Amino acid sequence: MSTQTPGSRAAYRAPAPLGGRSSGRPPGRSLLRGEARRGTTALAFLLPALVVLAAFVLWPMISALRLSFTDAAGFGTENWVGLENYSAVFTDAGVRDAVVNTVLYAAIFTPTAVVAALVLALVVNNPRLPWRGFFRTSLFLPFVVSLAVAAFAWSYLIDPQVGLVTYWLSGVGIQLGDVLEDPTLAMPAVALVAVWKSFGFYFVIFLAGLQDIPASLYEAARVDGAGALGRFRHVTLPLLSNTFAFVGVFAMIAALQAFDQIYVMTGGGPYGHTQTIVMEIYESGFRKLELGFASALSYVLLVATLLLSILQFVFFGRREEDLS
Amino acid sequence: MSSATATPASGSRAPAVTDPPIRRPRRRMRAGTLVSILAMLAVTAFVLLPIAIIVLTAFKPTAEVNAYPPTLVPDTWTLDNMRRIVTELPFSRLVLNSFVFAGGVTAFALVFDSLAAYALARIDFRGRRALLIAIIASLMIPFQATLVPVYQLVSELGWVNTFPGLIAPRAADAFGIFFLRQFFLALPRDLDSAARIDGANEFRIFRSIVLPNVVPALLTLGIFTFVNNWNDLLWPLVFTTEQEMGTITSGLTLLTGPGGIIPYGVMMAGSLIAILPLVVAFLLVQRRFIESVATTGLKG
Repeated sequence: MSTQTPGSRAAYRAPAPLGGRSSGRPPGRSLLRGEARRGTTALAFLLPALVVLAAFVLWPMISALRLSFTDAAGFGTENWVGLENYSAVFTDAGVRDAVVNTVLYAAIFTPTAVVAALVLALVVNNPRLPWRGFFRTSLFLPFVVSLAVAAFAWSYLIDPQVGLVTYWLSGVGIQLGDVLEDPTLAMPAVALVAVWKSFGFYFVIFLAGLQDIPASLYEAARVDGAGALGRFRHVTLPLLSNTFAFVGVFAMIAALQAFDQIYVMTGGGPYGHTQTIVMEIYESGFRKLELGFASALSYVLLVATLLLSILQFVFFGRREEDLS
Repeated sequence: MSSATATPASGSRAPAVTDPPIRRPRRRMRAGTLVSILAMLAVTAFVLLPIAIIVLTAFKPTAEVNAYPPTLVPDTWTLDNMRRIVTELPFSRLVLNSFVFAGGVTAFALVFDSLAAYALARIDFRGRRALLIAIIASLMIPFQATLVPVYQLVSELGWVNTFPGLIAPRAADAFGIFFLRQFFLALPRDLDSAARIDGANEFRIFRSIVLPNVVPALLTLGIFTFVNNWNDLLWPLVFTTEQEMGTITSGLTLLTGPGGIIPYGVMMAGSLIAILPLVVAFLLVQRRFIESVATTGLKG
């Protein structure tokens, strides 16, 4: 759902036994209800959701595909323009920058958020650490703060004149300057705001992953003479690697949708250096009303997300195998 | 894999983590734990800093907010920022809108999603597998990618700047269906067979037998849906053009747009009101909430 968390849609650890249930059906039921009857009942249950999904997901997808081949501008006639919009996506300098910027954003956001989450999960997973509940709650708390509000708070903290973080850093000799006006620093800044908001979510997933590793494996490693580091390398790391990959892809999908804090902090600036794909979709689709172009760009986002999601499902399955 | 091995730094702290609590030189362990505690306290303080700055700046006089060197805690506490934010924006209206929007989406989605999930999990009908695959596939579509045609549709229905326009497109959600289906699948079949033999119809079984057994899952999904919608910026930005119909999240950004120079104190006062309901609710249910995120996994 929403962007903020970096909002993508995916499920963690809920492997879908696709239709696998049907084989386990008690035979007695079919005596009471015929198949046609069940079909009608099922349809009644499904109808409200299907109407909504058909109208607001399926139809828009088809509609966007059609729009992406036209010069629709929100009014007047629409003319078929073939692949023009798509070629514009890849040749228009501004848009190419948006794609490059989104990749750069993902390259900063993903490893930072995932590694921070993993390291903190390893520390908090230590049963000897006191106040674990407090740490867990505190680290997760930013997750309920909207990216827009997070953007306000961080804008103030790194304000070149009155920012507290700016002031503290200058105390140790680091001159931050006007970060959000700086072409090289603006992107890391907006990406780190998202890291602040999201890492707690990944942290909790890692924590659960760590707790899923059977204690017997650590015992076995200990019996084999593995030290603490050896147990980490030979038990924790391999058993967590698919969770790690899963969370990584999850974070990457979220990164593709970056919008909220950028809209608030930089508006895409300075000089387009923080303009992302979704920022560009918003501007072309809702400000300039270049609907055809915005739809082509939407499909680029859609395909990129689909590819990453498929990757995610692969890790999903692999992780389940690891633990079984 | 390369990134997995790129975390040896964690290895230095990890030993304490992976050690079962058996025979180990006590003193060394304590030193390690102490380092972990200090590091964790520092990290936690840094993570909580933005939330602290929101709360404290909201009650700080403008002169102090703009003073150099900046301070964290106000010398004098004031309600001026709170008074001012109420006059800058139709504030109570925006808060109300947020409740109606996020609450409406949550209520509809819980009802529609659980109905559909029930059919997919517990009614054997033709085409179930295909439908399930279609729903899982639609999980992968980011809403940003269909925003333009969804807006066109909402606009043709005359729903721009209305609650139906904000709520209807999200009244059902593929993720919610998929999520609840997993819980319905886990419930034993025997649960409803007695009622079925007694002649209870499918809807009664759903309502009085199956639903009461998945209340925690409904609660988790409900909180998530509410938080995500309350916090969403792009959605209200697109579907509302009148200030009076915006949410608290989209309304606050009007203060900071190009040229919209607003004192930080006022912005933080607005931010505080925007996050307060969620933070309070989260702190009340946090243990269960975090555990359900961890054990069931949820979209972000």
